[in-house]
Amino acid sequence: MRRMNVEKHYYLMLLPGMVWLVLFSIVPMAGIVMAFQNYNPGAGLLKSPWVGLDNFRYMFQLSDSRTVIVNTFIIAIGKIVLNLIIPLVFAILLNELRHLRFKKLVQTVAYLPHFLSWVIMATIVIGIFGYYGVVNTVLGMFGVSPQLFMADAGIFRQLLVGTDVWKEFGYNAIIYLAALTGINLNLYEAAAIDGASRWQLIRNVTLPAMTTTVVLLGVLSLGNVLNAGFDQVYNLYNPLVYSTGDILDTWVYRLGLQNLQFSLATAAGLFKSAISFVLIVVSYRLAYRYADYTVF
Amino acid sequence: MVQSKTFGSRAFDGANYVLLALLLFSCLYPLWYTFCVSISDKAAANAGLVTIYPIGFSLASYKEILGDALFFNSFWISIQRTVLGTGLSLFVSVLMAYPLARPSREFRLRNVFMWILVFCMLFSGGLIPWYLTVQSYGLINSIWALVLAGGLPVFNVILIMNFFRNLPKELNEAAVVDGAGPWAILFRVYLPCSIPVLAAVALFIGVYHWNEFFNGLVLMNTSDKYPLQTYIQQLVVNIPTGTNLTPDQYKKLSELSNRTLNSAKVFIAMVPMLIVYPFLQKYFVSGIMLGAVKE
Repeated sequence: MRRMNVEKHYYLMLLPGMVWLVLFSIVPMAGIVMAFQNYNPGAGLLKSPWVGLDNFRYMFQLSDSRTVIVNTFIIAIGKIVLNLIIPLVFAILLNELRHLRFKKLVQTVAYLPHFLSWVIMATIVIGIFGYYGVVNTVLGMFGVSPQLFMADAGIFRQLLVGTDVWKEFGYNAIIYLAALTGINLNLYEAAAIDGASRWQLIRNVTLPAMTTTVVLLGVLSLGNVLNAGFDQVYNLYNPLVYSTGDILDTWVYRLGLQNLQFSLATAAGLFKSAISFVLIVVSYRLAYRYADYTVF
Repeated sequence: MVQSKTFGSRAFDGANYVLLALLLFSCLYPLWYTFCVSISDKAAANAGLVTIYPIGFSLASYKEILGDALFFNSFWISIQRTVLGTGLSLFVSVLMAYPLARPSREFRLRNVFMWILVFCMLFSGGLIPWYLTVQSYGLINSIWALVLAGGLPVFNVILIMNFFRNLPKELNEAAVVDGAGPWAILFRVYLPCSIPVLAAVALFIGVYHWNEFFNGLVLMNTSDKYPLQTYIQQLVVNIPTGTNLTPDQYKKLSELSNRTLNSAKVFIAMVPMLIVYPFLQKYFVSGIMLGAVKE
């Protein structure tokens, strides 16, 4: 009897959140049927004609779809790999510092770019790499004529991955730094007594102790292989770099909200959501099985 | 750490200091650069002459901003949205986290709700269905679209829930014995113990709302409804999306932008973050660890 009474309050506590979830997450899921219809805003979801998988067939026939899927994949993988490695190197170097105030200063400053939006960061990146940017000014001092870095499809992916790593390396190092403090100091002492050099200590003590964390983070980022970062790409790209820099999310945005091809855009979006969902579930399972890690 | 004073060890330290100092510079320079451009002479800035110090000195762009009603309007919208969004989201998340932190023998449908939440976190209907839904609610151009349409941040609920679950069970038992109901336990016993996680979550939501530009772009039709980031985005990144753009046209567009004024606006948009950032640092570090390590 008491349990019933208490549970009543629990439902009440869940109510506001569930309403929010239903209105803005679950109701939109019903709109997925658009991907299988030739959606007509006038007729609505119930009366638009069904076309089965035609939207998907059409989508994969477009050469654009192949371009954006390849771009998304390459950019996302580049970010995942470098966002695992560079923060690790940074964390290890930081851990080797003996000057604690300098360490604190570097940490504080390195976390900062994470908190600035891509809108702000993009204006800065364009200020540096743009036609009238710092890089061209400096190149000009050496007699090199200004380059259109931001409109060069050949380097746009590198630019995306590079600026993303630059923005996030400090923040991504936080987990590594915590893992580093967990390493038993006796291991270092024993190795040093055996005559190990600094470099050998890092190689044979620090790195092996970090493998679990790196592998776990790597597995958990599996769900991001189709997430190339909409905010960043949208604020940095332009039609001249579509061939290498256009990604699924920006393509869906242009198809749907600029060209108003609702069904096609929904199909492309569903393609991404479905694959990402499967990958995340797989990654959580792997993390649970091999590292005993649970998210909830 | 073990002290050793060999030559190799010192060389390592030296190289390490240099490398980290360079990284420090790479993180600070862009902010400094933006500031320098904003107070430089307009012609010098537009010609790309500014590198590491301001050229000429002019506060003209800051004066111009003072007269820009649209800028202040969008700034105010961002503040409203951040305060409303953070408050509401935090309140709702706390309310949800408590029942979900109960064991399923005490709350039988706990796991069902948990699966719904996790499913919503991992899967979404995508941009177009979401947009049409928000539109059908009549929220276009409303501040509530900015506050609500991003959806319930499920991950934060899970963070708080994990924190509640790690609180000592005796806390709950003692309160029950004293006759406290669920609401009293949540607000008078659990919340006072949960300041670190609440601060971290409030920070995450606040930063999200302050930095979010896309909802402002697609859900607001007129520029007087834009939040700050959308306003700046429209100002700075205004390149046509047609595929017939040529490199020469791109150069012309770069020439057109008013760099000192834009930099001044970007710099002002950064200031609130720069001010609160040092105070919040300890909370986001602990917040990340709460999410990363459990039990």
